[in-house]
Amino acid sequence: MKPLATTRSATGIPTGRLAIWWILASEIVIFGGLIGSYLMFRLGHPEWADAAAHTNTWIGAFNTFVLLSSSFTAVLAHQAAEKGEGKLAAKYLSFTILGALTFLVVKSFEWASEISHGYTITANGFWSFYYTAAGLHGLHVIAGAIIMAFIAKDAAQNKELHRVELIGIYWHFVDVVWIFLFPLLYIAK
Amino acid sequence: MGDFILQRASSYAGDIDNLILLITVLVGVWFFLVEGMFFYLLWKFRAKDGQKGQYITGKEKHLKRWINIPHGIVLACDVVIIVFAINVWYNVKQSLPDAESTIRVIGQQWAWIFQQPGADNTLDTDDDIFTTDDLYVSNETTYHFHLVSRDVIHDFSVPVFRLKQDAIPGRSITGWFRPTQTGTFDVQCAEMCGIGHGVMSGRIHVQTAAEHSAWVAANSPAAGE
Amino acid sequence: MSHAVTADSHGHAHDAHDHGPQGILKYIWSTDHKIIAMQYMFTGMIMALIGGFMAYVFRMQLAFPGQSVPGFGVVSPGEYNSLVTNHGSIMIFWVAMPVLIAAFGNYLIPLMTGADDMVFPRINRLSYQIFLISAILIIASLFVSGGGFGGAWTAYPPLSSMSEYSLTKLGSSMWLLAVALEFVAFLLGGINFIVTLMNARAPGMKAYDIPIVCWMIVIASILFMLSVGPLIAGAVMLLFDQMIGTGFFDPTRGGDPVLWQHLFWFFGHPEVYVVLLPAIGIVIEIIATFARKQLFGYKIILYTAIVTGILSFFVWAHHQFIAGIDPRMANVFTVTTLLISVPIAEMMFVTVATLYGGSIRFTTPMLWALAFVAEFLIGGVTGIFLGASGSDIYLHDTYFVLAHFHYTFFPIAIIGTFAGFTYWFPKMFGKMMNETLGKIHFWGTIISFNFIFIPLFFLGIGGQHRRIYNYENFPDLIAGQPLRVVATVAMLAMLAFQVVFFINLFSSLKSGKKAGNNPWKANTLEWTTTSPPPHGNWPQDEMPKVYRGPYEYSHPDRDEDYWPQNLPS
Ligand code: HEA
Ligand code: HEA
Ligand code: CUA
Ligand SMILES: [Cu+2]
Repeated sequence: MKPLATTRSATGIPTGRLAIWWILASEIVIFGGLIGSYLMFRLGHPEWADAAAHTNTWIGAFNTFVLLSSSFTAVLAHQAAEKGEGKLAAKYLSFTILGALTFLVVKSFEWASEISHGYTITANGFWSFYYTAAGLHGLHVIAGAIIMAFIAKDAAQNKELHRVELIGIYWHFVDVVWIFLFPLLYIAK
Repeated sequence: MGDFILQRASSYAGDIDNLILLITVLVGVWFFLVEGMFFYLLWKFRAKDGQKGQYITGKEKHLKRWINIPHGIVLACDVVIIVFAINVWYNVKQSLPDAESTIRVIGQQWAWIFQQPGADNTLDTDDDIFTTDDLYVSNETTYHFHLVSRDVIHDFSVPVFRLKQDAIPGRSITGWFRPTQTGTFDVQCAEMCGIGHGVMSGRIHVQTAAEHSAWVAANSPAAGE
Repeated sequence: MSHAVTADSHGHAHDAHDHGPQGILKYIWSTDHKIIAMQYMFTGMIMALIGGFMAYVFRMQLAFPGQSVPGFGVVSPGEYNSLVTNHGSIMIFWVAMPVLIAAFGNYLIPLMTGADDMVFPRINRLSYQIFLISAILIIASLFVSGGGFGGAWTAYPPLSSMSEYSLTKLGSSMWLLAVALEFVAFLLGGINFIVTLMNARAPGMKAYDIPIVCWMIVIASILFMLSVGPLIAGAVMLLFDQMIGTGFFDPTRGGDPVLWQHLFWFFGHPEVYVVLLPAIGIVIEIIATFARKQLFGYKIILYTAIVTGILSFFVWAHHQFIAGIDPRMANVFTVTTLLISVPIAEMMFVTVATLYGGSIRFTTPMLWALAFVAEFLIGGVTGIFLGASGSDIYLHDTYFVLAHFHYTFFPIAIIGTFAGFTYWFPKMFGKMMNETLGKIHFWGTIISFNFIFIPLFFLGIGGQHRRIYNYENFPDLIAGQPLRVVATVAMLAMLAFQVVFFINLFSSLKSGKKAGNNPWKANTLEWTTTSPPPHGNWPQDEMPKVYRGPYEYSHPDRDEDYWPQNLPS
């Protein structure tokens, strides 16, 4: 039996949803610090634009598209879960996981090619930020995909359906971070 | 305040000490007021047999004054301190009086290197004098210094001048001082800079103008003359 | 003890599930908030002794430079730096934070709000386990080749980022990793505190019925969560600089060392209020109880705490006045820094005013709480000297700063902790502590504390800088040696008085007087259950309901001078 505390809701907002918003708040300041630092450097170093010119905007754009669609299936999963259709929710979630995997595979080919051209993390300040920011984001994608797999497994048996919404909120956040990173790392040249 | 503990040897040392004195008075009064009140209440309202505490919620208008009025006065004290603090800060760090001589101070693990102009009184010429850990300056002369570091962050601090400034690698930071007393004083490094931070000491020798020109003449490299 | 309450079959299933293994493992793997609180408390206590031991070693070196320190040996400059750095880091991150926030937060929030546990018990356990790993890591870092990190707890690069400067390659990275792990542990713990307070309160407990200490711990957790993010990003960058050779903070490769300072202090200043607020909360709880008084303005305290928290995000550069920032920025930060004295002064005024009209009992916990107020004021007002940019030019990085923050931190982390520990000890262990030993320990600690740090103010005014292992290298500073000896001797006295505390602790645990449910006749909910509380805190059908605020002492309509929150009236 779960502790009584876990079932109470003095605010009227479900505990899980409250927690996920607080987690996001702490994540926002982490990425905020990183992106803020990058902006400061970028403004102080106009020459970084030369390095940025070597990023592949098309690959970045494709990955943006992949992430956006995976967020869309996460929304569909939530709707299915609301209606109590766990199987359907699990199916949509697996599409989202597929999106995450696509994103990661594309990313690793992209990085492999860049590294082979000598643009490593130590090459210069721009590349340091490029790999650090995208890497931190990538870790969130990996973590999200793994957690989603567990939630999908439960959802398929109609268990813990409220978690489908929570992982969805998290996934939108991962998406939004990328929406910031994409123009900053790929488009600004 | 400081003079009886540590002498003042620069033109702005007195200003900084007066600011410290002003703050001491303002916060000191508050400090003793609050502590006095505190101990008085502790004594006055110590538990006595058969006597119950009073039921006061702090919402009573006539009692709330006891918080609101001090609140206003603390704010006023803050404003006074801010005005004087910024004034001193402006004179020491923001304004830069014209230099009569300019030197370069170089921090490195773990020594101070001082670069002085020679007889021509211009820096970065052939007759510059380099010294390690000992800086010779002339009394009653306004100096600019360019502060740089070769490795990690150091901090050029001359307590008797009330002067302190971090040296950041990759930057050259300009500041000023004007000695007002002859003598020999400590230079400390005030920023943790590694294992030798504790031995990164220097001495500053404030000489009379005559002594100083003699020193310059005696130490200028031959190339310059 | 856990079976006494959850006697139904579900209860056993739960026990079997959450406490699977038996014996000591059962303890280690417990998700019970009280057990996790004790784990934090005693880990913090051990770390306090380690941090205290380090202070002993380097204070001996300062008073008797170059001589062999009993129990340690001759202190080399590298060892000195590493001891100071790790003393500061340990005292803040592994003593003040775990004890004041994690231990008291875990223990008090569910009990005081009438819940049977935290809302995420397993995340809670994970938080402690990560914390424990970080504690082991920081201790281990002292013994690796090259020695522990010695670049000050502020870890300014390039000294911290490049091993050719610090000469402690492994030590630097382990220190940084330990700090980062500790942050993760407290982020996890913080979410638990916040959501538990928001959602798991007893029926009837409205926002203004929550005991102040719970508010304070939660505000502190929010403050921590919102300020630490940039530093976590910074820590990743610094770790990359150290381990794979990026140049985020390396000026020769386009990096900027001052960026780290901004990231660090953007967190560093809120952090001091992160530990201050819970300590004030504890103190206020105790003062209300033993003065038998309603707080002089519950809402004022709550709001000033929030205002302090908000303002604390705008003062960080007062640590960097002379660190090469644009001098015009200093003016802005002087204004914000001095303004923050207003809400804190107000909190102090309210605390003092609470005594008015009371019926004050000087028990040991009360003495500690009162000492907090008296001593913290010294630390607070000396902050003003540093916040005024003009005088900070001189005082920055002198022992004046050092004395300033020991007069804040010591009241918070040591005095506040002892206050809370002695106050809730009867609840935690069901036994009373010995009052005589308690008072000896109190006076011994307080008096020696002042003798340690008052001299340091004067050394600071005299121009003595921090983190220097031997002042004989500075001719102008040799004259201060007698003051250094006074401070060290007082430190030895303080250490000796801690023995009294541990005697009291162990003898009370073994043979203290039985405490009963509510020895202090206090109002808050934790005193309505047995001491120590059972698993689940209250029998399941007797979970408390709340009818009034937590400080209804000496109410005129009642014969008793207290009115527990759960009495229907
Ligand atoms: C919990 C710990 C704690 C707390 C609560 C504080 C509280 C304050 N601190 Fe402190 N501080 C530290 C811990 C703390 N500090 C540490 C660890 C460092 C050094 C870090 C390092 O470099 O290693 C430091 C350093 C430090 C500096 C940088 C010094 C330097 O390196 O040059 C400054 C500068 O502004 C400062 C200011 C203040 C101020 C204005 C407050 C204020 O919050 C105080 C407000 C309280 C009061 C003012 C008292 C009550 C008011 C009254 C009785 C009314 C009367 C007052 C007036 C008229 C103004 N502190
Ligand atoms: C919470 C913070 C805290 C605390 C409590 C202390 C406590 C002490 N500190 Fe420390 N100190 C710092 C934080 C703290 N310090 C920091 C941040 C620095 C700067 C580091 C740097 O420069 O990088 C510093 C630096 C510092 C220096 C400067 C060194 C230098 O610059 O060269 C000195 C010098 O005297 C010093 C001395 C002491 C002494 C004698 C104590 C004594 O008071 C210690 C006595 C403690 C005990 C005797 C333990 C008692 C506790 C218990 C028995 C446990 C109770 C627990 C429970 C009930 C759960 N400290
Ligand atoms: Cu150079 Cu410290
Ligand atoms: Cu600060």
